[in-house]
Amino acid sequence: MSIIIKSASKQNIKSSEITSETDYFNRREFIKKSGILVGASWAGGLSLPASAKSSEYGNDFSNLKKTPYGKGEKLTSFKDATTYNNFYEFGTGKKDPAKNATQFKTDPWSITVAGEANKTGTFHLEDILKHAQIEERIYRFRCVEAWSMVVPWVGFSLADMLKRFGPTSKAKYVQFDTLFDPQQMPGQKRRVLDWPYRDGLRIDEAMNPLAFMAVGLYGHDMPNQNGAPIRLVIPWKYGFKNIKSIVKITFMEHEPVCTWNVTAPKEYGFYSNVNPLVDHPRWSQATERVLGSNFWEPKAKTKIYNGYGEQVAHLYKGMNLRKYF
Amino acid sequence: MQIKEKIFSASFLKPLIFILCLLPFTLLILNAINNNLGPNPAEEMIRTLGNWGIYFLLIGLSISPARKVFKLNWLIRYRRMIGLFTFFYVSLHFLSYIWFDQFFNVDEIIKDIIKRPFITIGFICYLLLVPLAFTSTNGMMKRLKKNWGRLHKLVYLVSMLALLHYFMMIKADYLVPSVLLVILSLLLGYRVVLKFKI
Repeated sequence: MSIIIKSASKQNIKSSEITSETDYFNRREFIKKSGILVGASWAGGLSLPASAKSSEYGNDFSNLKKTPYGKGEKLTSFKDATTYNNFYEFGTGKKDPAKNATQFKTDPWSITVAGEANKTGTFHLEDILKHAQIEERIYRFRCVEAWSMVVPWVGFSLADMLKRFGPTSKAKYVQFDTLFDPQQMPGQKRRVLDWPYRDGLRIDEAMNPLAFMAVGLYGHDMPNQNGAPIRLVIPWKYGFKNIKSIVKITFMEHEPVCTWNVTAPKEYGFYSNVNPLVDHPRWSQATERVLGSNFWEPKAKTKIYNGYGEQVAHLYKGMNLRKYF
Repeated sequence: MQIKEKIFSASFLKPLIFILCLLPFTLLILNAINNNLGPNPAEEMIRTLGNWGIYFLLIGLSISPARKVFKLNWLIRYRRMIGLFTFFYVSLHFLSYIWFDQFFNVDEIIKDIIKRPFITIGFICYLLLVPLAFTSTNGMMKRLKKNWGRLHKLVYLVSMLALLHYFMMIKADYLVPSVLLVILSLLLGYRVVLKFKI
């Protein structure tokens, strides 16, 4: 429902920041249309089987390019994917983000690019999106808490975006920051984590074709509780690496600060690649509970790199995965 | 006082409290049947049962102080029932872990108990509760005499370990177990003050 509530605040944006009137209004149109579509699919989502195709949930994005990623995967229901979220900025309970993020304002939105790149500065989201080839990719998502889901994300290649900022040869890593705004994000009023939430990747990880910037899911604009308006999706890493509501991208020479790594360095490493052989100190990572699966059946076996080893294993060749967990 | 005593000893109150104590379990079963436990029902079930285990522990521990502070002597009649309900919810908590988390995989369960400190602590808690439940009958009370009271002091250790178990499974937000810790500290602190007449 969050999508409908997004208020139009065009007057706050300088006209120079706006891509073009037509593009701008196109995005507005999607949002307007989605009001009806989301309403319908929300109600319908309750009765849709978990195996429903993403197209059955409606489509806010014109010319959404379908891709072969995740073909044949059984999708998690829209309802489960949007009501069971870890997004501590809106509360630490799984149901909190869907409840507390309804008023979250994601338009206008800008991203600051800093550090070792040629084109730094603050960019309006519309400007970033206008270059992007928006497509749908179905990815498995594995949370560090040993549950998983399958989500049809809408977005674009992370590498394509990063390259446009012209990272220099010193850009060995890239860091992302989530918005810090305790007024809008009530969870930030308590220091549960070291706000703002930060996470990062090695530049070759970020440039891997699987790395994805998502602006929507199930054919819809990104719901606030899932990290609107723009979030990272790195399907071979644990869920918390997929930082949400991004406002800053910094190219850097040294390894970036990662919030969970700072909170509990022995439990959450910089890499945090999905690995059934390296347990979390407090629980096993060998199996996972697939959301929406029959709970009378045993949990599913977790695959190394969440099953994306063919595409990413070479990035970690020769590394001791127990040391660099 | 006399009238009050009569009301509270009335035969209808015991079954009423019994039904109240069963309410969380009933709701959980109804929610499970109606597919109302959310996207991760196994987790919801395990957590809910664990929470109620701790709540009942705290309710049980508050009976003696409440009797003394508010002069509600009749409360003692319900202490055994509360204690047994603690054992009931903790048993179901452990069973739901064995069933819906591990699917009776004995090797994995043993590995988990040995390897993971928070599960080790939880398991010790449960082991310590077993003799308390089995010696809760009148016959056992008579047979154990003075030792019965000594044995049942174990519940203080169990309550502390139970909260430790809760704290150890938290990722970042310690608010709820902290509130429970404050309550437990008050309940145990009252006894310390009483014993040493501080």
